[in-house]
Amino acid sequence: MTGTLTFEPDDPINAFLTTCRKAEYNNGPLSGIPVAVKDNISTKGIETTCASKILKGYVPPYDAHVVSLLRAAGAAVAGKTNMDEFGMGTTTENSAFGPTLNPRDTGRVPGGSSGGSAAAVASGMVKMALGTDTGGSIRCPAAFCGIVGLKPTYGRVSRYGLIAYANSLEQIGPMAQSVTDITKLFSVIAGHDPRDSTSCDRPFSHAPSADIKGLKIGIPDEYFGKGVDPAVAGIVRKAIAKLEELGATTVPCTLPSMQYALAAYYVTCTSEASSNLARFDGVRYGPAADAKKSWHDAYRDVRRQGFGPEVRRRIMLGTFALSSGYYGKYYAKAQVARANVRADFLRVLSDVDVIAGPTMPTIAFKLGEKSDPLSMYLSDILTVPANLAGIPAISVPCGISEGMPVGLQIMGRHFEDERVIDVAYAYEQAVKA
Amino acid sequence: MSADQVIVGLEVHCQLDTKSKLFCGCSTDYRSDGPNTHVCEVCLGLPGSMPVLNKKAIEYAMRVAKALNCEVLTESEFSRKNYFYPDLDKAYQITQYDKPLAEKGILEIDGDDGEKKIRITRIHVEEDPGRLVHMGNAERGRYSLVDYNRAGIPLIEIVTEPDMRSPKEARKFLNKLRATLEYLGVFDSEKEGSLRVDANISIVGSERVEVKNITSYKGVEKALTFEVTRQKNLIRRGQKVERETRHFLEARGITQSARSKEQEHDYRYFPEPDLRPLRVKSWVADVVLPELPDARRERFISQYGCSANHARTLTGELRLANFFESVVAPDPAGLSVPAATWVADTLIGELNYRSMSIDTLEPPAFTGLLRLLMAGTITDKSAIEVLRIMLDQHLKGETAETPDAIVARLHLAKTSGDDGALRAAIKEALAENPKAVADYRAGKAGACNFILGQVMKKTRGRADPAELNRLLTEELQKGA
Repeated sequence: MTGTLTFEPDDPINAFLTTCRKAEYNNGPLSGIPVAVKDNISTKGIETTCASKILKGYVPPYDAHVVSLLRAAGAAVAGKTNMDEFGMGTTTENSAFGPTLNPRDTGRVPGGSSGGSAAAVASGMVKMALGTDTGGSIRCPAAFCGIVGLKPTYGRVSRYGLIAYANSLEQIGPMAQSVTDITKLFSVIAGHDPRDSTSCDRPFSHAPSADIKGLKIGIPDEYFGKGVDPAVAGIVRKAIAKLEELGATTVPCTLPSMQYALAAYYVTCTSEASSNLARFDGVRYGPAADAKKSWHDAYRDVRRQGFGPEVRRRIMLGTFALSSGYYGKYYAKAQVARANVRADFLRVLSDVDVIAGPTMPTIAFKLGEKSDPLSMYLSDILTVPANLAGIPAISVPCGISEGMPVGLQIMGRHFEDERVIDVAYAYEQAVKA
Repeated sequence: MSADQVIVGLEVHCQLDTKSKLFCGCSTDYRSDGPNTHVCEVCLGLPGSMPVLNKKAIEYAMRVAKALNCEVLTESEFSRKNYFYPDLDKAYQITQYDKPLAEKGILEIDGDDGEKKIRITRIHVEEDPGRLVHMGNAERGRYSLVDYNRAGIPLIEIVTEPDMRSPKEARKFLNKLRATLEYLGVFDSEKEGSLRVDANISIVGSERVEVKNITSYKGVEKALTFEVTRQKNLIRRGQKVERETRHFLEARGITQSARSKEQEHDYRYFPEPDLRPLRVKSWVADVVLPELPDARRERFISQYGCSANHARTLTGELRLANFFESVVAPDPAGLSVPAATWVADTLIGELNYRSMSIDTLEPPAFTGLLRLLMAGTITDKSAIEVLRIMLDQHLKGETAETPDAIVARLHLAKTSGDDGALRAAIKEALAENPKAVADYRAGKAGACNFILGQVMKKTRGRADPAELNRLLTEELQKGA
């Protein structure tokens, strides 16, 4: 079955930056299914901006590996979704093209940075979408919008064509209404790609199983501690109790290195970003530099006008952290802290099968609520550890607080994405019944 | 060390002669093609593209590491060197920083005072940036264009300890390094821009100066000689040598202070997150080295009876050594000795004079020339004339004649007693110079030489001197 899909959604929530009105599709497991793609994933012939003015008008001459796989699986690339500029944010308010609104409550943010993808799925415009997760950017909007989102094990999905924000942390992953759809999309995009030297030969072909009898779940104190909204914590505890009803056992545990996780995360991601984003200079693509000025002045103007405030802030932070004299104090130290976080998780996961807790410490913020960058950074505390450790993590809806969805986060061992999917599936099936 | 001892250390960047670039599949054979024709999303640094390491480039670098007796690190790593410049598409260069491929090596050279070991600090692998083409000059030109064909060409950087004691030794090191790299089959010195050198030079007790932007073998010696004079003059006048970076301006043969801004770079190195650490130490055992210059030199002496000097010259460049062996192959016993002399003493000079590569000359043609000489068909002088004609024909792109054809066309074969032409020339010369003849008969032996010269002129050097002497004496005595 091949054909053209007409995709003209009513989009009052600004989920899409680009919609493909006539989306072609082919035969395959996803034949004819419209899939939304986050705007930091390169799509041949379709404008790809990372929600930044500096890439306005940039049309990639090549498809990201995952997009090639989507097309080969028959999917129709329906459009490109809104996001925080270059993935830098937790609300999708940092888009140069206006925020995406949460379909559950348009006075609230959808989460971020894959807010457009989450909102497009939650509002039913598409069945599934690709997001990217550097420090929670799939799981946070999934939790805030009440859908399922998976951050795969680092290396499980090729990053080739993903416009890098923080290479060592980020993964492309599936977002959908149901765990079953997550597995459908994940089985298409997972696997080795020789063009991404960090990708592994670990394809995914797992049918989710709801049988979790005997599963051992670690419950870290840190995921229910200071800063976590008691209402959210309560809903998540109830969800974990449900898993116990299904035959799982729970074990309390601690992850002491978590106190350094946020700092390690922000030093690492801003450092990598300062280097990754240096190429946007107006010479080869995007709004052109003024050729009458000296190259140095032209670069400065293009970058000053092209990047939004949060991106500029992170570039400056990262540039500082890598500077000679400060490298050892910041970047090198962050790598030590990162190794400690990883070791902590591996230690706990040698005893338990998965770790469970809330995805986000609160429900979705009101628009404009997190105007102070530091308080926004703090809200990433429960998601960044999985990125630092490189382990798989899924967020599945587990209840409602103040009318807004709450996400249950399940984290597992490296390359045991199947297991976190099964736990999410078991919960989803149990509450559906 | 004497008070004004010169101390030199080098950083040599060489393009590895791989078929494809260091991090993508683009061809490295870009020199005869238009700008930006050998590019893809990776070497253009398009958003989202990722590097994939070219295994061949690492194999080549490993050969160099082994040939220079380096230790290969158990784990080496690629890093990003961050700086803005329009020829640098990603605004960082993927290179190696604190974990290079190999370190602690030795290259033995023929130094100012005999054999000398130059210590190699490290060898690392990195990518070449693109190239700027300025419309007008770089400072005041209207605009500049960028060509990314060169972006991503694999380079190795070889860093030495400050072990050289003169500009000449630096040049000798470079020549030896070039020969070694070419013997290893990893480098082609004839490709434009394939070598770039930064040199650190100081006079003992004074600050060190880095001279950048040296792009030729001769340039290294020239730049350093200029610096030695400049620095010694400063010291002699009681002034201080500033610690600084200077650029070599090849056309003017001088070095010029780089603007101080360029020294303030903070490259913010950090490990390249898109590449895995490199663990290739175990490959060292499998690297099979070919015969290297020193071994070949010894073989040339023992196998072909070359003099030490000829052997050194002939094996100092891979092409020259190969050419020599091809030339003598048909008859090593008969051709080795004259071939060594003719290649090392004559041919190199003629090639340099024309800025020609030895590749343009076919070894069989040169063998043919030597055979004409050995058979006594032509004189040394005629052989040079034939060689020059052959080279000029190549230079002008004309159809190259064989040595035999040139000899026949220009009647360069030795005139002999059986050849009437020589006798006729003698008779002519005698008739034209009655005074000299009379002088000779009056007992002035010197007059004979004068007549001899006149005959040589008429025969344009074709006459075999011994034969001519015999015939001339015969003619002169006849008339007496």
